[in-house]
Amino acid sequence: MITLGHLLALSAVLFAIAVAGVFLNRKNVILLLMCVELLLLAANFNFVAFSRYLGDISGQVFVFFVLTVAAAESAIGLAILVVLFRERRSINVEDLNTLKG
Amino acid sequence: MPETDFSLASVAPALPEIYLTVMVCVVLMVDVFAGQTRRGLTATFTLLTLAVGAGLTAMYSHVGVRTTLFNGLYVADELAWVLKLFGFLFVAFALLYSRTYLNDRGLLRGEYFVLALTALLGVFVLASANSLLTVYVGVELLALSVYAMVAFDRESGIAAESAMKYFVLGAIASGALLYGMSMIYGLTGTLSIDVLADHLRGEPSLGVILGLVFIVVAVAFKMGAVPFHMWLPDVYHGAPTAVTLFISTAPKLAYFALAFRLLAEGLQGLVQDWSRMLAALAVLTLIVGNLVALAQTNIKRLLAYSTIANVGFIVLGFVAGTPAGYSAALYYTIVYVLTTLGSFGVVVLASRKGFEADELDHYKGLHARDPMLAFMMMMLMFSTAGVPPFVGFWAKLRIIQELWATNHPWLVVIAAAVSVVGAFYYLRVVKLMYFDAPADVPDTERQTGVRFALGLNAVAVLVLGILPGPLLDLCARLIHQ
Repeated sequence: MITLGHLLALSAVLFAIAVAGVFLNRKNVILLLMCVELLLLAANFNFVAFSRYLGDISGQVFVFFVLTVAAAESAIGLAILVVLFRERRSINVEDLNTLKG
Repeated sequence: MPETDFSLASVAPALPEIYLTVMVCVVLMVDVFAGQTRRGLTATFTLLTLAVGAGLTAMYSHVGVRTTLFNGLYVADELAWVLKLFGFLFVAFALLYSRTYLNDRGLLRGEYFVLALTALLGVFVLASANSLLTVYVGVELLALSVYAMVAFDRESGIAAESAMKYFVLGAIASGALLYGMSMIYGLTGTLSIDVLADHLRGEPSLGVILGLVFIVVAVAFKMGAVPFHMWLPDVYHGAPTAVTLFISTAPKLAYFALAFRLLAEGLQGLVQDWSRMLAALAVLTLIVGNLVALAQTNIKRLLAYSTIANVGFIVLGFVAGTPAGYSAALYYTIVYVLTTLGSFGVVVLASRKGFEADELDHYKGLHARDPMLAFMMMMLMFSTAGVPPFVGFWAKLRIIQELWATNHPWLVVIAAAVSVVGAFYYLRVVKLMYFDAPADVPDTERQTGVRFALGLNAVAVLVLGILPGPLLDLCARLIHQ
């Protein structure tokens, strides 16, 4: 029997993988964008699980909004990536070092 | 289901958003028809749009009592109304300052104005958010527009790099915000901020605290509080100065609204918990922001770290956890935006075609070359440093008063100490301008209209400092619970 706990654990794992992916990955900016998507999907998973558990539809409505925004977000991310590639001829994360926070 | 009573009059409080959405499309079309040769037309039209929008908002969307619209997704109250009016004002000034700068660099394109308006729409949505869903949509509308604005100069490698960093870190913040919201939603069963406030009384469960931590992290990220500030100096430095100018204005109002709507309204039952988290963040922010600013040689980075230091003060207003504390934070935000708008305006005016006045050395002897610009910069720097009689002094004083009133003596000591450290680097800019030999750099920009606007801005900083009463009263009146 799959309970709410299982679903929440899965979404927590997804979230952790996504955050680890963003911070450990030193190779490729496209991987960063994929991790960002995974992050949003982990939160979506939570919303759907809770929505089902509570019998309340608004969590699922929220997920539709998140999906739409995520699509816009990856469009902008890829556009920035294209600009970056044209300037640098590289999408290596380690090459993003001209500015040092 | 409540009876849906839909009439034009019932949506009047949402007029600013509706108007702005329509005008974004109109500006886009105007830009297409203006073509390559008449780029200035879009800029003028956008300014006109903002002026008309401010007029319409002032006349038609004022509400005496707090009302909710669209099934409780949207709230209209005086706070939102005033934030929107200030949003129109600050964005109009930012666009006015940046016009020549953009034109000289071949960046005067319609996208800039359209994105500025969509970002402003995001600010409005946040200011009126009454549901976690609306908060999320507002945050993203603002953030996505700003990411694109940072990467707007396609010839610049560092702009693209800073946009990428901003994008990735901002997306993580949104992810954390969503995750926190999903926890809160799951454990209270509601997305509405009003209802949340009623549900979260008494001892919170572990899950709620977990959600709260994610939300606090996201808010800190968006505001640029240490240790989540890494993006801020890079973005301020990497973006074209006109965009940096824009980022430091209206979005700051939005992030005040974000913190206020989410923490102070929705999660007010957890005030004990989040105010302790914010206190730790504020102390780190004040110390790191001020100390690192001392070491900067680039004025955009200097102002970025100064922003971080000022964010520390705004967060301190929330730490107080009382309506008076929030109104001090609101006052600080407005004052800070007004002052930074002017400071970046000076940086924009000091730059010429083919020359960016972004090193501190470029300001050496500015007084000899352009006394008026140097004088305005001096007033703005004094205000940010908190020197009376400028308005920055009152802003800092209000925050410190509220911290004292709510029994946070240690925070008062730290805030006062870092203000003294901060005064050093602001005064260093003044010293460079007035007492050093003039640097061998191109002349400053002599645009009379822009100079007049900048002069108004600097005079406002002085006048609001001499007569602080009206704005202070306004901020106190807007926040009452």
